[in-house]
Amino acid sequence: MRDMKRITNALALAVFWIAGLTTVVVLGAVILYVFVNGIGHLNLAFIFTKPHGVNAEGGIWPMIVSTLYVTGLAMVIVTPIAVLAAVYLAEYAVQGRLVRIIRFAADTLAGVPSIVMGLFGLALFVEGMGFGFSVLSGALALSFLMLPIVMRTTEEAIRAVPKFIRWGSYGLGATKWQTVSRIVLPAAMPRIITGLILATGRAVGETAVVIFTMGTMINTPLFPSDPGRSMTVHLYQMAMEGINLPAAFGTALLLMVMILFFNLSARWLLRRNRRMQG
Amino acid sequence: MSHTLAEHQPGFVPTADPSVKIAVKGLDFYYGDFQALTDITCDIKDNSVTAFIGPSGCGKSTFLRCFNRMNDLIIGTKVEGLITLDGQDIYAPGVDPVDLRRRIGMIFQQPNPFPMSIYDNVAYGPRLHGMKKKAELDEVVETSLKRANLWKEVKDILGRGGLTLSGGQQQRLCIARVLAVQPDVLLMDEPCSAIDPTSVQKIEDLMAELKSSVTIIIVTHNMQQAARVSDETAFFLQEVMGEPAMLVEFGRTADIFTSPKDKRTEDYITGRFG
Ligand SMILES: Nc1ncnc2c1ncn2[C@@H]1O[C@H](COP(=O)(O)OP(=O)(O)OP(=O)(O)O)[C@@H](O)[C@H]1O
Ligand SMILES: [Mg+2]
Repeated sequence: MRDMKRITNALALAVFWIAGLTTVVVLGAVILYVFVNGIGHLNLAFIFTKPHGVNAEGGIWPMIVSTLYVTGLAMVIVTPIAVLAAVYLAEYAVQGRLVRIIRFAADTLAGVPSIVMGLFGLALFVEGMGFGFSVLSGALALSFLMLPIVMRTTEEAIRAVPKFIRWGSYGLGATKWQTVSRIVLPAAMPRIITGLILATGRAVGETAVVIFTMGTMINTPLFPSDPGRSMTVHLYQMAMEGINLPAAFGTALLLMVMILFFNLSARWLLRRNRRMQG
Repeated sequence: MSHTLAEHQPGFVPTADPSVKIAVKGLDFYYGDFQALTDITCDIKDNSVTAFIGPSGCGKSTFLRCFNRMNDLIIGTKVEGLITLDGQDIYAPGVDPVDLRRRIGMIFQQPNPFPMSIYDNVAYGPRLHGMKKKAELDEVVETSLKRANLWKEVKDILGRGGLTLSGGQQQRLCIARVLAVQPDVLLMDEPCSAIDPTSVQKIEDLMAELKSSVTIIIVTHNMQQAARVSDETAFFLQEVMGEPAMLVEFGRTADIFTSPKDKRTEDYITGRFG
């Protein structure tokens, strides 16, 4: 009887261990694969020059600029809206039916396939509003994708600020807005920024939305009305049309590095914050 | 500060005794359908320390939060009856709870400094209420920290985070933060239950010093502390679970602890229950 228990226990432990290890192995395999294939192509010239020739030899500078431009603009659009909505939801709205509906809508919006969002962006921004294939159209569509993520993480961050800290502020004769703006938001800021960074990481890796809204033209955009081609779209075309596989892997590696950078900085921020408060 | 609510304002209720800072008459309190307090009547004297004692769950904190209308922040609460501060009904329609809370400071069981520097913690209240000049703020910060018996320990580290202090220092920081807005009443909800003995001593000392200018109400589970620091004591009891609690006995601390009138008070003080 006792032996049975011990064996079951050991077995369960082994299963958990293997399951956990799988995650690490998968991640390791993907990174290794991309790294081995891409590293030979990744150099300064690849990053900082334009592609040329029929097989898109040379670098991917326009794609890097397009990607950072569209993501940055999307972030500028989404941050104030998401934060204000989250403050409203967490602090001001009467907790009831309407708030539940808004939250449900946000969660559902987060689950909408990005290609559907791309199609919607094409209809609304590219054609409907006449922005054409442009960084602006891409950023607007991307911001739809980021909005629910940023809003929900911000709301969680605001709710995570302990009640007794707010009470300290109210107890000194602070109004609600003073308490929210001077205590709650600063205290929640590291987690809000973490959410933003993670959403940005997702936006950088997004393909379907930008192909429909920013287009595929190789161009270094200067104005928001200019078209461009994201790194993901470039990667897709290089690989699927068999044009330039090494360039595809180089782009993939650079993308991974960027996303890894976003995730690591989010972790670093959270950890630093925990140290400061703990 | 103590004359901002003039007699011609709405809700003025004349009281006979000018030594009464806060008067409570027939107070009932509800959390939704649950009535937590029933028919509380008592007078809190000016420039004195009043202790609230009683078993856990008998509504001491609830009652305390009625004085600065902190319960307004909890959805579904309801107050019936009368509480006056300097003769002014604090639940009268014209009274803004935000203004009221400047005059009635509150210290919580768990020290709750803001995640900012020691200096900014203390300057928070004055800044809220419009103080901007560096020299003025410096002065308020220094005086408040001195009054809170913390100045010596932090005068060289004012820029450090408030959360880096020890628990007892954090609690005194919270006291300094409240004193910086110059309240005339200080509500303390078990301020010493989560901190070290040295800090407890310092807090009891500062209470004795503050008493001349501030009316203090302290909730405590420590009978010795109640006996040491307070002039008057109120004993609360919820006799039946689910029923509201009431004020069993209220009087001079010396009398309550040496010759309580009510059997239940005596049982509690001598440790027979609670
Ligand atoms: N936010 C709330 N919502 C509903 N009921 C509450 C709330 N806060 C307190 N109560 C109830 O009101 C009663 C009084 O609680 P209160 O916290 O005032 O007691 P207390 O005397 O301060 O207890 P303790 O000594 O443990 O701090 C208890 O029955 C408690 O469960
Ligand atoms: Mg309590």
